[in-house]
Amino acid sequence: MAGASSGLQSNRELGKATRDAFGRALEALGADHPEVVVVDGDVGNSTRTEWFGKKHSDRFFNVGIAESNLVGVAAGLASSNKTAVIASFAAFITCNAYDQLRMSVAYPGLNVKVVGSHAGISIGEDGASQMGIEDVALMCALPGFVVIVPADEESAKAATKAMLEYKGPVYLRCGRPEVPKIYSADQVSFQIGKANRLRDGRDLTIAANGIMVAMALDAAEALAAEGIEARVLDMHTVKPIDRDALLTAAKETGAVVVAEEHLAHGGLGSVVAYTLAETHPVPIRFVNLLDTFAESGAPEALLKKYGLTAEKIVEAGRSAAGAKKR
Amino acid sequence: MANNLDALLARARSIREDIVRMTTEAGSGHPSSSMSAAEVVTALYFGGFLKHDPKNPTWPDRDRFILSKGHAAPVLYAALAQAGYFPHDEIMTLRKIDSPVEGHPNMKRLPGVEASTGSLGQGLSIGVGHALAARVDGKGYHTYVMTGDGEIEEGQIWEAAASASKYQLDNLTLIVDRNHYQQTGPAEEVLNMDPIDGKFAAFGWKTQVINGNDMREVLQALERASEIKGMPTCIVSLTHKGQGMLNLLRKLGDTNFHGKPLPAQNLNEALAEIAAS
Ligand SMILES: Cc1ncc(C[n+]2csc(CCOP(=O)(O)OP(=O)(O)O)c2C)c(N)n1
Ligand SMILES: [Mg+2]
Repeated sequence: MAGASSGLQSNRELGKATRDAFGRALEALGADHPEVVVVDGDVGNSTRTEWFGKKHSDRFFNVGIAESNLVGVAAGLASSNKTAVIASFAAFITCNAYDQLRMSVAYPGLNVKVVGSHAGISIGEDGASQMGIEDVALMCALPGFVVIVPADEESAKAATKAMLEYKGPVYLRCGRPEVPKIYSADQVSFQIGKANRLRDGRDLTIAANGIMVAMALDAAEALAAEGIEARVLDMHTVKPIDRDALLTAAKETGAVVVAEEHLAHGGLGSVVAYTLAETHPVPIRFVNLLDTFAESGAPEALLKKYGLTAEKIVEAGRSAAGAKKR
Repeated sequence: MANNLDALLARARSIREDIVRMTTEAGSGHPSSSMSAAEVVTALYFGGFLKHDPKNPTWPDRDRFILSKGHAAPVLYAALAQAGYFPHDEIMTLRKIDSPVEGHPNMKRLPGVEASTGSLGQGLSIGVGHALAARVDGKGYHTYVMTGDGEIEEGQIWEAAASASKYQLDNLTLIVDRNHYQQTGPAEEVLNMDPIDGKFAAFGWKTQVINGNDMREVLQALERASEIKGMPTCIVSLTHKGQGMLNLLRKLGDTNFHGKPLPAQNLNEALAEIAAS
């Protein structure tokens, strides 16, 4: 295929990009949720909020390339009893308007749903300026925010519904490329704050979210061939973290790998380590972007270069399992 | 009108008294930033402009007042307390532990506070959101926002100004408290934003420039603002920072007096000057 690729390579069937799933779900749910109002910062055709906008034009406002104002307008709408959904690139909405997210939304605890699309390095060719790789850390830092990182099409749809039904500030992280299917429409389960156990094992737990969930399942298969049976948890909610699932996993498997498409500091890895350090410390290894910006390139090439692969999870899994006390 | 005017002038004096009393008791705060705005806030809450119900602070049809320059919280607290949103003596708990009368307005804790402010530049966008919500819901309420003249140096103000103009929000009125000072000095010297009215006019707003410490002019300006159709309105309210205790501030050698409470030994002098104003 010429030009920018639209989907990640995988043995699994590809589903929609999570941004597309969010956009379709929002468009569909809009009819049953007259209280939902959407505000765009001139990227509605990228974030897919334009699909809602076309159907519900009286409840859709494009306030231009002005993220600070975008967040403030949403805060005002929410203060007047609207469910305000705002979307932009994850990098722009969280970094450009962080004080507004903090003061105008988080501090009063308003019902604003912040959607960051184009998260991670898997957006590919556009390069580092467009890649949200610190968004989870920033949004987890804000008191009261729920932070969700769905793995695939069906969970992104379910997350969108759960987010609209939840009262309070939520951050939903979406990605650009088509991603492997993890869930089918009839067996998707999504509850805010409740991890999904996708595979069971007694030797190791791989806790992952976003595009790393599919890789975690691939890694678990490879590890099984080596005699290491890995449990795989889809940690779609980073905040509030599912402490029970982590504690049980640490007790029953004794070693953990955390995989995410995010910088090392303040992401899922930090949250898992914090939680287990307090409850049941076990060897932990991390697969993430460490402490660096990425660059332009094809998504697959970037994921390989920056160490976000099933192979890296396998290596980390061997290391974590090997570090267990015998 | 004359009686009403006298009553409003007395109310403004009483609000100024509350401001100096509560900040002096607290031992910190921004009395001068609060006092410049006393006429506008008095006119809004007691001059018949804000449709509101202190017994039902979240009434969906109420008019909204957002104090974007949140450090001037004492002027808002005095008005809310005197209007009956909470017991008047609570203003004396300003800035103390466990009190909802915090250093800057906190909408989660104090009834009548429409926005949690204190990081300058954010209130106008919130006002745009309320005004858009009124449109979506077909409601007739009006949203008023007050910023400082230093505050409008924030870029977000101009993002908000452009968006209010795009949606022709004639249910939105901004009052810029043009008291000529900001934290470190005269506003014109720190970052000259003149002409303020010209800038808002260029952004598609209807503008008025008034003497904001003259109650008659304030009432007229608010009246005119409520009649404008098809565009948002901005009132550039020319005021004095510390209005009501200017003689005292001159004597103390600081006519900005930013972010300082009056020393306790000057309280009576300030109250006397307010009473004579
Ligand atoms: C974003 C932000 N930056 C800095 C401050 C610190 N600060 C508090 S008041 C103030 C000056 C405000 O001047 P102005 O808007 O003219 O209000 P005035 O006190 O003169 O009424 C500053 C810089 C702040 N509160 N928020
Ligand atoms: Mg000023």
